[in-house]
Amino acid sequence: MSAAAAMPLVERDFAVPDIRCAGCISKLEQGLVRDKRIAAARVNFTEKRVHLTHTPDAAMPDLIGAFSLLGFEAHPIGDAVGEVAPEAASSRELLRAVAVAGFAMMNIMLLSVSVWSGAAGATRDLFHWLSAAIALPAIAYSGRPFFRSAWRALRHRHTNMDVPISIGVLLATGLSLYETATHGIHAYFDSAVMLLFFLLCGRWLDSVMRDRARGGVTALLRNMGTGALVLKGAAATRWVDATALEAGMVMLVAAGERLAADGIVTTGDSQIDLSLLTGESAPQAVHVGDPVHAGTLNLAAPIRVRITAAGADTAIADIARLMGEAAQGKSRYVRIADRAARLYAPAVHGLALAAFAGWMLAGAGWHQSLLIAVAVLIITCPCALGLAVPAAQIVAAGALMRLGILVKDGSALERLAEVDQAMFDKTGTLTLGRPIATDLDALDPVHRPLLLALAQVSRHPLSEALTRALVASGVQAEAVDSVRESPGFGVAARWHDHIVTLGRPQGPVAGDALVTELAIDGTPAARVHFADALRSDAREAVDALRDEGIAATILSGDRAEAVAPVARALGLTAQTGMRPEDKLAAIARQSGAGHRVLMVGDGLNDGPALAAGHASIAPGSASDAGKNAADFIVLGDRVMPVVQAVRVARQTQRIVRQNFALAIGYNIVAVPLALFGIVTPLIAAVAMSGSSLIVVGNAMRLKRMKGRAR
Amino acid sequence: MNGLLFLIPIALALGLIGLGSFLWSLNHGQFDDLDGAALRIFIDEDERENGP
Repeated sequence: MSAAAAMPLVERDFAVPDIRCAGCISKLEQGLVRDKRIAAARVNFTEKRVHLTHTPDAAMPDLIGAFSLLGFEAHPIGDAVGEVAPEAASSRELLRAVAVAGFAMMNIMLLSVSVWSGAAGATRDLFHWLSAAIALPAIAYSGRPFFRSAWRALRHRHTNMDVPISIGVLLATGLSLYETATHGIHAYFDSAVMLLFFLLCGRWLDSVMRDRARGGVTALLRNMGTGALVLKGAAATRWVDATALEAGMVMLVAAGERLAADGIVTTGDSQIDLSLLTGESAPQAVHVGDPVHAGTLNLAAPIRVRITAAGADTAIADIARLMGEAAQGKSRYVRIADRAARLYAPAVHGLALAAFAGWMLAGAGWHQSLLIAVAVLIITCPCALGLAVPAAQIVAAGALMRLGILVKDGSALERLAEVDQAMFDKTGTLTLGRPIATDLDALDPVHRPLLLALAQVSRHPLSEALTRALVASGVQAEAVDSVRESPGFGVAARWHDHIVTLGRPQGPVAGDALVTELAIDGTPAARVHFADALRSDAREAVDALRDEGIAATILSGDRAEAVAPVARALGLTAQTGMRPEDKLAAIARQSGAGHRVLMVGDGLNDGPALAAGHASIAPGSASDAGKNAADFIVLGDRVMPVVQAVRVARQTQRIVRQNFALAIGYNIVAVPLALFGIVTPLIAAVAMSGSSLIVVGNAMRLKRMKGRAR
Repeated sequence: MNGLLFLIPIALALGLIGLGSFLWSLNHGQFDDLDGAALRIFIDEDERENGP
């Protein structure tokens, strides 16, 4: 034990999507440490992660095995995910700023209420000085996010929301300091800090939303390309992380495993599922000497692959480059709050300047004029823009999450509300993208319990599909014994003195069709065919989209013969045999014609199109690249959430517009008061918090939204 | 009036304690797993002691 303690421990994070209840937490935390190599396990339920501390000799398959022993599927989270950590840190920094501003606001308000209720002379001066002592450090600390962003904008000769905020806060603070020093009646410390507090709340909500979505996406990212078992010497194998794979290594790829690198098959025959890479639904047969690509799924039998390219050299890397270029167009989108700020900021500055100049001309003296100008700046504070938009969006994101839709960020909701055309990928998007048994009804009822008994012991994708279908139709497994699974062939067992097997058919098979065969004592008894099936509510979803005024088409990388039945069933037009760059061009053509395109797709080949679409949605079963590129991720096997997401986005946009209208209405009432110099710090405080509460309250109405047709 | 000399520092100190404890708990991961914390209360501590 002392030797183990001397070794430095390694820490690793695993995504475990199936953590659902308190039982899972205790099961994992207590079960995992039973493995001698695992020193500590800590579950993070919110992010569906487990943090492990283990000895360095525990290899990746051992650790994943420890999870599966407890009945959980675990996916290692690579270091690539770690590089987004600065954003999580910024969310925490914002929360700290909110806390400081909140503390300062409450205490200054305590003092201000005394001043408003009649404190005078030395007491008022004392209270103003105390307020200043609290406000100055608080503003210096909490105001930094605004000052930094305003400074950056000014340096590039732009203006954004943060410029009027910063000028308002700084002017109000400076003037209040002068007032305090000259025993003045009014100090605006409370207004300045309150302004910061409300706006910081908005900022923080915005970043919480992004963090939450990122956590959800991380948990979904799968084992693709995180490593492989590499042959070392004659018989020994060891686990190598994807980043450490090199050309020339030979990796063992089990049936049901994804390839971590490009290579050439050296041993074994199998079928490879290319759907994530090319969109083709029929599996491709591979033999010794055939090239295979990273990210594809090995379906039938274990193979050995000599790596020819790994990491940045793989075929995936080309698609990633296309994606990077396509995403630049999207970054040009200007969020609605910033668009409003372009109109709002000059208006506010102009108004304050006009107030100052007007009162100067009227002979009020610079002190009085400046006081009024500051009151105008504070009253016109862009609370509706800074707080109401993120508040509406985070409430909408929460409502969408309950519907099983993850939202990447607020601008995605704004863009989705604007789409007027939808383009769907076929394989894995309109269809399930995994094999489904097609002819179970034709089976002899005697064979079904036998099939289930054999299929449920295997992790092969076809066996899993068969098990799922049979269990769903209420079949009870037959009792069998001495079950044995031989890789590449199938499962064998003994049943009432007969040898029963489930596996590759003995006779010839037509085309590339996926078939599995049940044999009793070596004589074929039943065959089950598998095919990719349409998602159950695809037709309904396409019709609902049309009712929303969004026309849909299919963009598929698959052959025309495979796409035609789907297009006919859904009543859609389709373009087939498209490469990733063709899909990109199709979207560019539509955007050029003034349409805003919603791209819905899952594969690696859809990655560039997802990045280029005005908004994009990927199913939870999508490739990692697809999930990273998409704005929304839909969990589950249904297409309907796509329509629900569009409806919720449009309702959110309606609420945001209402909030703008409320804010403008409030300004129409309050600004004349400020211009005529009637606004005291008390009125400013009441108006500011009142208007903020109203817009947040309006945003909360989104909470009841279910994404139903209106 | 003299009461203020005590009451204001007390009010400020209480506020600072609140702020300090919030920042402390934020830095010590108390807010990292809000949903999990709500569920952990259901876990029986006795089970844990019987474990390894």
